[in-house]
Amino acid sequence: MELSKIIEIVHGAVVSDGGGIDAIDITSVCSADLLSNVLRYGKGGALLVTCLNQPQVIRSAEISDIPAVLLALGAIPETDMISLARDKNIILLTTQLPMYTTCGLLYTAGLRSCVEEL
Amino acid sequence: MTENSPSEGTFHLMGGEFTNAGSASSELKSTLIKVGVEKSIVRRVAIAAFEAEMNVIIHAVAGTLRYEITTEAVTITVTDMGPGIENINQAMQPGYSTAPDWVREMGWGAGMGLPNISKHSDLFKIDSVVGEGTTLEIIFDLKEKNADS
Ligand SMILES: Nc1ncnc2c1ncn2[C@@H]1O[C@H](COP(=O)(O)OP(=O)(O)OP(=O)(O)O)[C@@H](O)[C@H]1O
Ligand SMILES: [Mg+2]
Repeated sequence: MELSKIIEIVHGAVVSDGGGIDAIDITSVCSADLLSNVLRYGKGGALLVTCLNQPQVIRSAEISDIPAVLLALGAIPETDMISLARDKNIILLTTQLPMYTTCGLLYTAGLRSCVEEL
Repeated sequence: MTENSPSEGTFHLMGGEFTNAGSASSELKSTLIKVGVEKSIVRRVAIAAFEAEMNVIIHAVAGTLRYEITTEAVTITVTDMGPGIENINQAMQPGYSTAPDWVREMGWGAGMGLPNISKHSDLFKIDSVVGEGTTLEIIFDLKEKNADS
């Protein structure tokens, strides 16, 4: 799914556009507040939905080929997080919606988990 | 940082130094891409290196992350001075973590780091002496075509 469509669905705001939103196609969603779970289950090309607002979230995305991070529940990214996102061309988005609603909307729109579902 | 070559290099890690946490693994990832290591293997190496790097920063005092890249394999050796691990079997259990609350608030402390390293690598050795430190040796085959990721 086009990232621009995702932004529309979750009423998202763009904090850092990673050098271009348009080219990005999101293939699945990884929702986690534990970084080792991102590193364990995250897939390349996934969108990471989290409430963690510090720079190692961007590192985890960079390391596991995740192009975009969406902060839910109005989490405000730390300035170090924003500058690392800019540096590493990781797209950083925010939404006021809670995690549950954010994921519910994306699921309804057709996106599935990066973890194989049973 | 140290001058690293495409085939080998060393990064220095400081316990509690979160500002640049992950920069060693990030630089290693760029190097692997530059020398043409296959994408899926680059991802596995980067993830394992990052987990090992974070363990030094979270649990130890200081350490080094060394890499060696040959046509056969990528080898990562992470050595630290720190408390060491008393019971390695227990530490390897998914979910086992001694990370303090403030580390958990950052999103670490799932107790998944060592299991992740094991899962993403082809060979994983861990040695530890309580009160001295811990050494990890992590190897990724570059030759084997059917290695599952
Ligand atoms: N380098 C180290 N020095 C001392 N103890 C360590 C070291 N690495 C791991 N440990 C011990 O092993 C435990 C398990 O490590 P592991 O990486 O699996 O989980 P974690 O670091 O606690 O959490 P996570 O990696 O999921 O963020 C740690 O909580 C810690 O007690
Ligand atoms: Mg760990």
